[in-house]
Amino acid sequence: MPEENKANGNNGKSAGLLTRVTTGVKEDLDALKTDLPAKAKEQIEILSKPTKTQLFTSIFRHKHDETPRNRALGVLSNVFLHLHPAKINRDAVRYSYTWGMGGITFYLFFVLTLTGVLLMFYYHPSKVQAFRDVLYLEHDVPYGKLLRNMHRWAAHLMVIAVELHMFRVFLTGSYKKPREFNWTVGVILLVLTLLLSFTGYLLPDDQLGFWAVTVGTNMARATPLLGHEGPFGAQLGMTPYNDVRFGLLGGSIVDANALLRSYIWHCIGIPIIASVFMIVHFWRVRKDGGISGPAPVVLDSEVKEAKK
Amino acid sequence: MDWKQLWGILSAPDNVPIVAMIPLLAFYIYLAWKQAHANDKLIAELEANPAQAKTHHRKTWPFRPGWQKEVHVWPFLLRVEFLAAIIVTIILMVWSITLNAPLEEPANPNLTMNPAKAPWYFLGLQEMLVYFDPWIAGVVMPTLIIMGLMVIPYIDTNPLGGGYYTWKQRKFAISTFLFGFVILWVSMIFIGTFIRGPGWQWFWPGQTWDHNRLIYEVNRDLPDIFGITSNLWKGIFGALVVGGYFVIGGLIVNGLFRRSNPKDYKRMSLLQYSIMMTFFLIMVALPIKMLIRLLFHIKYVWITPWFNV
Repeated sequence: MPEENKANGNNGKSAGLLTRVTTGVKEDLDALKTDLPAKAKEQIEILSKPTKTQLFTSIFRHKHDETPRNRALGVLSNVFLHLHPAKINRDAVRYSYTWGMGGITFYLFFVLTLTGVLLMFYYHPSKVQAFRDVLYLEHDVPYGKLLRNMHRWAAHLMVIAVELHMFRVFLTGSYKKPREFNWTVGVILLVLTLLLSFTGYLLPDDQLGFWAVTVGTNMARATPLLGHEGPFGAQLGMTPYNDVRFGLLGGSIVDANALLRSYIWHCIGIPIIASVFMIVHFWRVRKDGGISGPAPVVLDSEVKEAKK
Repeated sequence: MDWKQLWGILSAPDNVPIVAMIPLLAFYIYLAWKQAHANDKLIAELEANPAQAKTHHRKTWPFRPGWQKEVHVWPFLLRVEFLAAIIVTIILMVWSITLNAPLEEPANPNLTMNPAKAPWYFLGLQEMLVYFDPWIAGVVMPTLIIMGLMVIPYIDTNPLGGGYYTWKQRKFAISTFLFGFVILWVSMIFIGTFIRGPGWQWFWPGQTWDHNRLIYEVNRDLPDIFGITSNLWKGIFGALVVGGYFVIGGLIVNGLFRRSNPKDYKRMSLLQYSIMMTFFLIMVALPIKMLIRLLFHIKYVWITPWFNV
């Protein structure tokens, strides 16, 4: 027996382990039989209220019921929406006052960035490739034609929207105290919009863009002091090879360097500069007290003249 | 009447924006005028009735005591913005599906486009090239337009009309801006887009573009009319004429301004007043130069060895 015992000693041990494992597993299974339905029930209850989940509350930090507090928080706790105040003048939402042109301009800038980035995937700013890339876009790339059309028309629409926005701001006297500085920022943004559009004009490298840019940059020849055909340019040693036009084009004619330069200005340089000015512009709208109106009318007899 | 030519110009894809902008501008001028008119009526009522002025909420839109003065951005503003984004997207989609962006032949420096036109928003400047040398039309004038726009808030001392449409309280500011924006900027773009044909010659809408047309126009310089031949005297004479324009024009504008806007005149500092005068006179000089060219065929007023005006 002892031998047997000895021989089966390990057996006995493993038989003990086996029993323990089987009883353990049995226990686990029994537990699961009761726990699983309970947990599943609990889970269903949690999931039936998704807004209470940890995932949801970590992303959205407040409730969304229609209480004034949560309506305000909906704007204030969102990085994109917090450009707005929580509340505005009840008449400021009227379309007839703002015409919505500032917002539409910004939206068009957004559309242009999106379509522009997509166009960049298909475009090489080189004399050999540029025109062919546009043909490729128009005829082979799925929706390429739509993409290019949208970029072009959004650009034109943006110029119109910017001009109408400026027109509205002028007519409502919105540049008056304390918004003087924001008007000048806006004028810079107008210029940047025109420059963005103009630098993009050359990129298809077709006759239209080439001659438009040739006509446009030929004017730079005539820059006073800095152009070789401008007043006092020749006296200051300006030639076609060192004047301001040469700097703009990277050469004395509209060629490969001009294409590359206008591409970089169009896709990188001016968008960055414009974005910086836009940040200032929007921030100042808020800091200067939100949009200017519609304000109560002021009577001439109520104006207090400042003492000099 | 060459309808084909007219349609060709009107429907050129890159001209569509300016075709669209003209009715848009007309609509928004109407919208602004309507509100300005209503506000002016209210202002006149309140000026006549001080008791009402004390209690009135000062807007043309209805308001009752107890109504909230402010509304939540969410949802009242955001829904408008969202709607605007959708509408713009739809317009853009339809426009992009129906009309193709122009693509001409590959760039060819040896084949000049005639007419070679800038993008439509710069055609006002290109049109100015007819009347001024490139250094003025292409460089100085754009710079002055930008600077002139930027100084507006600092030279407009009129405290009235901030935040609402009005005409009667800001007659000078609004008429000047309308003149600069609608008459000069937009209508010059219109001329550049629709009237100018090959050789940048004047073709009425519907007139066939004739690439061989020559116009025998003899443009003279102002000193020639007065029989001045020496370069020195041409320079001196021109300086006197241009200087005289600013002095006499300045005196006339000054006389009109201080009578029609006595309060603004009193409020403005010397610097503000002289900046306003300078920009105003330069702006008015543009149509004057256009007129003396069109009516009297005068090319230059001031001729020097270095530049001509």
